[in-house]
Amino acid sequence: MVKILVFVESRDNKIKNAGIEAASKAYSVSKELGAEAEALLIGSSVTSIANELGAYGISKAFVIEDSRLEKYSTTAYAKAIAEAVKARGADILFLSATAMGKDVAPRVAARLEAGLAVDCTNLKIENGEIIATRPVYAGKAYIDLKINSPVKIFSLRPNVFKPQKSEKSNVSVEKLDIAFDDKDFSSQVKEVVVSSEKLDVSEADIVVSGGRGLKGPEHFYLVEDLAKVLGGAAGASRAIVDAGWRPHGDQVGQTGKTVSPKLYIACGISGAIQHLAGMSSSKCIVAINKDKDAPIFQVADYGIVGDVFEILPALTEELKKVMAN
Amino acid sequence: MKIAICISQVPDTTTKVKIGADGKSIDPAGVTYIINPYDEFAVEAALQLKEKQGGETIALIVGKEVSKEVMRKAYAMGIEKGILIKTDLELDSYAVARNLADVLNEINPDIIICGKQSIDYDDHQVGSLVAEMLGIPSISVVVGLTVEGGKVSAEREIEGGKEVVEAALPVVIATQRGLNNPRYPNLKGIMQAKSKPIEERQPTYTDNKTEILSMSLPKPKAKGKIVGTDVSAVPELVKMLREEAKVI
Ligand SMILES: Cc1cc2nc3c(=O)[nH]c(=O)nc-3n(C[C@H](O)[C@H](O)[C@H](O)COP(=O)(O)OP(=O)(O)OC[C@H]3O[C@@H](n4cnc5c(N)ncnc54)[C@H](O)[C@@H]3O)c2cc1C
Ligand SMILES: Nc1ncnc2c1ncn2[C@@H]1O[C@H](COP(=O)(O)O)[C@@H](O)[C@H]1O
Repeated sequence: MVKILVFVESRDNKIKNAGIEAASKAYSVSKELGAEAEALLIGSSVTSIANELGAYGISKAFVIEDSRLEKYSTTAYAKAIAEAVKARGADILFLSATAMGKDVAPRVAARLEAGLAVDCTNLKIENGEIIATRPVYAGKAYIDLKINSPVKIFSLRPNVFKPQKSEKSNVSVEKLDIAFDDKDFSSQVKEVVVSSEKLDVSEADIVVSGGRGLKGPEHFYLVEDLAKVLGGAAGASRAIVDAGWRPHGDQVGQTGKTVSPKLYIACGISGAIQHLAGMSSSKCIVAINKDKDAPIFQVADYGIVGDVFEILPALTEELKKVMAN
Repeated sequence: MKIAICISQVPDTTTKVKIGADGKSIDPAGVTYIINPYDEFAVEAALQLKEKQGGETIALIVGKEVSKEVMRKAYAMGIEKGILIKTDLELDSYAVARNLADVLNEINPDIIICGKQSIDYDDHQVGSLVAEMLGIPSISVVVGLTVEGGKVSAEREIEGGKEVVEAALPVVIATQRGLNNPRYPNLKGIMQAKSKPIEERQPTYTDNKTEILSMSLPKPKAKGKIVGTDVSAVPELVKMLREEAKVI
């Protein structure tokens, strides 16, 4: 029988959302393929959390535990995942296209001499084979691809595959013994620096971004205030990141972050193609720009042709009123 | 210190994507190629390292005849030597990495610097693949880099923060925007680049593991609404976001 192994990402011994999404998708694909789905968790103490996966159809989980695996290590995690695939005789490996997944997946692929489809946004089955769809050219196009190597690896874009609750099953958890030596930890995370308390643009449900139309960094509070009433994150165009108004971690676009929130509000942003590349897959896009011909209106669902210095304060006030009710 | 840089050539970022006649790739008509923007950070990082610690810089490209223009851009910025592994085949990331690894094995650099992704297929793969094939550590999405005493300390971006990662040389680094500001080539550099030789090699590995079946464009969006042209439109906009779009 075909076997799917899904690496369920956890940090600090907590399962990440993206990990749940991957586990749930692995289960639904296994049903469609008539295959078996097993989960893999890696960390210093992950046995107890494996049970959470039962609500998403997973009934068998394997854990690799070692105190040195508490913090992520590219080399050690790559070995752990590849060894688990071999030990379980898995034909298909799923993981998440997160910072960790994108980092580790190619190394696992090299170890297993396997093809890898990264950042998949859809998986369909044709003649018993998985056909993956994934964005290319920063979302300006999509490709359908299949993998021809014996072991096939797919990384799934976060926030795309909604987890499906299923009949709750008991999860049997087994330890896999993998022998690590010091060389396996040749790269090691020394420290994780959380960038303030602020919500990251790539994780926020609502993103309000500002551009050069704001005229200067001293006016950026207009964008931040609006983001705040909406419980969202404040993003930026590259023009104002390059100008030093905002940190580059907030940049949305081709060379910044790709976001797909349910609501994206672009304020004083022209809508250059490289900016659109990072946000055009948002569910609902609002543009505020004083130039009616600005390209941002081409992708916007709603637009106001007006001055950000007038519209933004009014919008923030109106929302405060409405949200209070 | 021996520094290798891996470079890919990609269509210009303003390219209008049109599906080609094969239905699997973009129409090459009118497309101009540029150095992958992330690889400019890689070139800059290599040059800074060399300026500080001495050494040599070698750029590698798996590509076609057109890739030579991209190599000349790297030369113009200051890279000293270039190797083009020339093939007209469309190789996937695995095959590209194998070719790079084979040459790198022979060059034996102390540090290999790549970009975090090529902006055509957005694969995020080649750097880490090469590292595993060579059996050395890799650090991806790097926004801060210190190389000292045979060790690398790098900051890499993760969701909502950064990781500080350490590894011993040799190592593969994949650069992210924010690491540095790539220099503009000066006239002298551009002139010299024109006549500098590019070593050509045959590919050593041409088996793809993945197969592209088709390429498609995203569905066009219905045209948006202009709600108004001044503050009086604000209440209407909020109403639409609540009742029509249901996003707040
Ligand atoms: C290789 C490459 C990669 C790039 N990557 C990115 C990227 O990742 N992200 C990105 O954003 N850009 C990127 N760019 C840059 C991009 O091409 C644009 O230059 C940039 O997005 C423009 O930023 P902007 O919209 O803030 O500024 P502008 O283009 O200057 O637009 C300002 C807008 O504000 C409007 N405006 C002015 N005053 C007001 C007012 N009072 N009220 C309302 N509206 C007003 C104007 O009508 C105008 O439309 C990249 C470029 C290249 C070449
Ligand atoms: N054809 C290639 N030749 C040389 N280096 C490449 C090639 N393709 C990708 N790379 C390197 O690998 C990085 C990541 O590319 P990718 O995995 O294709 O997204 C790029 O930024 C380059 O540094």
